[in-house]
Amino acid sequence: MSSAREEILSRIRAVDRPAGAPVVRDYERERSASDVLALLDERVADYKAIVHRVSEAEVPDRIAECLARRSAKTVVVPADAPDSWRVSGVEWKSDDPPLALSELDSVDGVVTGCAVAIAETGTIVLDSGAAQGRRIITLVPDYHLCVVRADQVVVSVPEALARLEATRPLTFISGPSATSDIELDRVEGVHGPRTLEVLIVG
Amino acid sequence: MGGRNPVTWLGSPAFPKAAHEALANTQLRRNLRKATTTIRAKRAEVVSEMADWERLRRAGEAIKDDVLANLDTYLVRLEEAVTARGGVVHWARDAEEANQIVLDLIRAEGTDEVVKVKSMATAEIGLNEALQASGVNAIETDLAELIVQLGEDRPSHILVPAIHRNRAEIREIFSRRMTEKPASDEPKDLAEAARKYLRRKFLSAKVAISGANFAVADTGSIVVVESEGNGRMCLTLPETLITVMGIEKLVPTWQDLEVFLQLLPRSSTAERMNPYTSVWMGVTPGDGPQKFHLVLLDNGRTATLADKVGRQALRCIRCSACLNVCPVYERTGGHSYGSVYPGPIGAILAPQLVGDMHDKQAASLPYASSLCGACFEVCPVRINIPEVLTHLRAEAVEAKGKRTPEALAMAAAAWVFADPKRYEATQKAGSLSRFLARDGWIKRIPGPGAKWTDSRNAPAVPKESFRTWWRRNRVERS
Repeated sequence: MSSAREEILSRIRAVDRPAGAPVVRDYERERSASDVLALLDERVADYKAIVHRVSEAEVPDRIAECLARRSAKTVVVPADAPDSWRVSGVEWKSDDPPLALSELDSVDGVVTGCAVAIAETGTIVLDSGAAQGRRIITLVPDYHLCVVRADQVVVSVPEALARLEATRPLTFISGPSATSDIELDRVEGVHGPRTLEVLIVG
Repeated sequence: MGGRNPVTWLGSPAFPKAAHEALANTQLRRNLRKATTTIRAKRAEVVSEMADWERLRRAGEAIKDDVLANLDTYLVRLEEAVTARGGVVHWARDAEEANQIVLDLIRAEGTDEVVKVKSMATAEIGLNEALQASGVNAIETDLAELIVQLGEDRPSHILVPAIHRNRAEIREIFSRRMTEKPASDEPKDLAEAARKYLRRKFLSAKVAISGANFAVADTGSIVVVESEGNGRMCLTLPETLITVMGIEKLVPTWQDLEVFLQLLPRSSTAERMNPYTSVWMGVTPGDGPQKFHLVLLDNGRTATLADKVGRQALRCIRCSACLNVCPVYERTGGHSYGSVYPGPIGAILAPQLVGDMHDKQAASLPYASSLCGACFEVCPVRINIPEVLTHLRAEAVEAKGKRTPEALAMAAAAWVFADPKRYEATQKAGSLSRFLARDGWIKRIPGPGAKWTDSRNAPAVPKESFRTWWRRNRVERS
């Protein structure tokens, strides 16, 4: 018996398939913006995420403020997050050894960095790299505070993909979880973190 | 293997009959008008932000044509890449074979409940019903799919399967089926009710099933685009992930994603970017599912590929922009098409996947259009839907044979047009039909012609043909 694999491949090979027109990449692979951080700020806020522009030195204080405002007591951080983020007054749970699902489901939030941010679309990309941790830690908690450095920000989608490593599991995040499934009207907050707060540093 | 392709629903009436019934449902028409009007305006706005939109569309078209031209090469490449990263690739000729593969994989994990991310491929093969018949409960986790599932309903839109329901109807369904009832019919409260209902399922599921928006042949990366986070839950929490994708869902290279991740969100939910996009390669140790299965599905796709005109339907990225602009879809709704693929794309995709123009319901779908062309204009991969519609209409006529009233009328017309004298005599005879007219309009033609006048009026034929008028006027002037 020929296998499904062989049969499907031979069905394809039996078809006369002339080569199509060559792929012309004359679309804009890079775009410029007069103030890329301001654009990111505006576009992330468009999704009803909370955005702050801060200086490098302000980061720890702003993290403390954001968490205090939510009365977040127990917060997850990736094991390799900078020590300066772990401000006092909060019980920090490092994801090393890996936290159990039930623990992640009971914390007040998570603080991470990111790999790349796309200004034009207001998107933050996580690749499980530095200060980001496993995918699960930014998914189960209901609040995600993300620190974006200026050198991580690009303008367009093509620029972002060129920087990313396909071998890593990637999550593109554009605002808090949302749905348009009821009358095609967008509402924020379903299964993913219902609140996304972003600190743009620089 | 073999059997009926479940892409169209068994027992569905042909489109004209289904549409006729749907048109009488004023609630449905109101719901659809509101939803499609909203999304059309939003889409136009986010597309107008992109100066290079047309160039992106052309690139999207060219990439997908390259995929179709080299499909065998890219599939083998994808298989190698996924396998190298710890995934297992399965091939399925048809719906039945795909459902069996998935069922066996679930049984191997010793569970009888799975969570699902919204997926057109699994809807097309009737996976939920097949699993149910074998005692496996598949829980839809996308909000709209959940509304359809709990309402024991059928999907009516590619992106928003419950688009035919308004908030009051959804509240009623949730109140009936959930222990914790929604607080009101505000979308926010309905979303909250769905969150509570599904949370425990996500946290305890052993197996998840997803579709794929894209798969990169070079790297073996699979891409799932979503909004609610239900996708991330399914793709991250369970130990085992089974992804079912149509064989045409490929893109050759990583770079190609830069085109589609721009085209898709703006065309489908009319956003600059959808809330969440997940990309993964096989298995990542210590992060996410530790078992990954990819099921590559044919189910009529290779047969569609063999049709030189019709194959462009395989470029489709399931954005549903064509549904949202279609005047026919807006008035008849998705159920009239009798398939998981409604609207303009459904009218060309479903009959091709069925692959049998003797199937009256499938053969009626290419007629579910006024050929206005709005669908082609918004299609992010430039599928010339009107061209395929007319091509499939010709096939449908061919399949009917030479003895139908339509074929006989066409043969008679060809005979008349072939000779000027016959043509003129026929015109004279035609002007006699004026006795059927009242105030310049014919409201009912007797006999087979009634099919035309059932839904429209025909203008009365003038007393005199243009040729007679011309001759008379030239004679009078000279």
